[in-house]
Amino acid sequence: MGALMNLWNRLMCYCRRRSPWLFHLNSGSCNGCDIEIVAALTPRYDAEQLGVRLEGSPRHADILCVTGPVTKNAVCAIKTVYGQVCGPKAVVAIGSCPATTNVFIDSRTLDGPLNKHIPVDVFVPGCPPRPDAIIQGVAKAAEILAERGNRVAQAALAETPVEVQA
Amino acid sequence: MSLLTALARLLIFPGILFAVPAAWFFLWVERKSVAMMQGRIGPPFMQPFYDFIKLLGKDTPQREGIAGGLMRAWPLIAVSTAAGAVGLLPVLPSSGGFQGDLILLLALLEVPSICMIAAGFTSRSIFGEIGSAREAVLSLSYNVVFLLAIISVAASQHTFRLEALAQASATPLRWVGILAILICLPAKLHLNPFSLPNAEQEIYSGPMVEFAGPELAMWELAHGLEWVAATGLVATLIAPQLAFWGVSVLVFVALSFGIVLLLSALAAATARLAIDTTVRFYWQCTIIFAVLAVSSALFMRLRS
Repeated sequence: MGALMNLWNRLMCYCRRRSPWLFHLNSGSCNGCDIEIVAALTPRYDAEQLGVRLEGSPRHADILCVTGPVTKNAVCAIKTVYGQVCGPKAVVAIGSCPATTNVFIDSRTLDGPLNKHIPVDVFVPGCPPRPDAIIQGVAKAAEILAERGNRVAQAALAETPVEVQA
Repeated sequence: MSLLTALARLLIFPGILFAVPAAWFFLWVERKSVAMMQGRIGPPFMQPFYDFIKLLGKDTPQREGIAGGLMRAWPLIAVSTAAGAVGLLPVLPSSGGFQGDLILLLALLEVPSICMIAAGFTSRSIFGEIGSAREAVLSLSYNVVFLLAIISVAASQHTFRLEALAQASATPLRWVGILAILICLPAKLHLNPFSLPNAEQEIYSGPMVEFAGPELAMWELAHGLEWVAATGLVATLIAPQLAFWGVSVLVFVALSFGIVLLLSALAAATARLAIDTTVRFYWQCTIIFAVLAVSSALFMRLRS
């Protein structure tokens, strides 16, 4: 039984790595990074080869792609949407804005950077980042997500209360 | 013996053991062919399988104020009815056993769509409700044509029995009916230009908006099974019944594959239509086909 569960966990881990579905969340971005995310799905870059799919609903997504320097208005929305994504999940901060608030630093309309509000797994710096960089970031996030899901499963298998962030 | 045959048809071919991999294969063919028509490489062969397994492993969210049992039930009903519809397809010449008729097949084909409408309203999301309303209007618009076409096919052969319909040779009259059914398939499968109910850019994927994890996996599977059942229905109507069962299976699969390619090409080439345009398309343009087919079938029947 244990061996079967182990096999199932390994299959699940592999499938999670190969099938990252994205939800794109704009937290007051200038639209530069948003266009680059769309560019990553176009024929030249074709992120669908990695199983990437841009989803309409955060409930369907595995990876939350956040752009923008996090305006005060957006904080509530970011927390809500992060809560709506079902675990195991990962967050990719796309562009320099969510990482450092970029040129908008010290603005009175901002409440950034992003990792003040939700845990961020991968930062993709750039203003805007190139689509290949975004794809690499998403692939990295998918690996982190698979690893995270696997840890939860291992903890459940061992039936020991392990502190895991899912 | 007849019970065994019926079970074999439901569980092995063309039932679940064949239908589930075929559903994943058709979902992949759709995505891959759209990608290739756009000049992309597209997803790997096993992609729908990866998606399905991954969705099974995701958490289901706590949803306040929503009937959780119903939310779990709708996708399951959709999957089981779609699988039942595939199991009824008269691909192999049956030796006794349970033979459903065309009316049962149509009812089973219609249930996933009704489940989807109900699911959107159960989710109590504003986007889900808009999607459900659109799905309801869409099913009202294409179903008139679809049912008329089916009636014309049945009337031209004087029978509702699937077995007899599959064995009868294709007359010119039957081809008009098949053409009308083909025109309805994109709307039945929510493909462009009739992908209105699950428009992910406008209404956050419509009725499915609140579904996550295993429930969403079941919806994906139900959608794939609908592909198999709908294309399989047309394939059995077109395909000649052959004596050797291996060949008829191959012909069935090849014809279904061809119809999937055709529908994917249409989906890649068109944009989404508004709901009033869709209704007008079916009620004004396409219904002429169906009425023509049905009236000539009845006329031929009166003469003979």
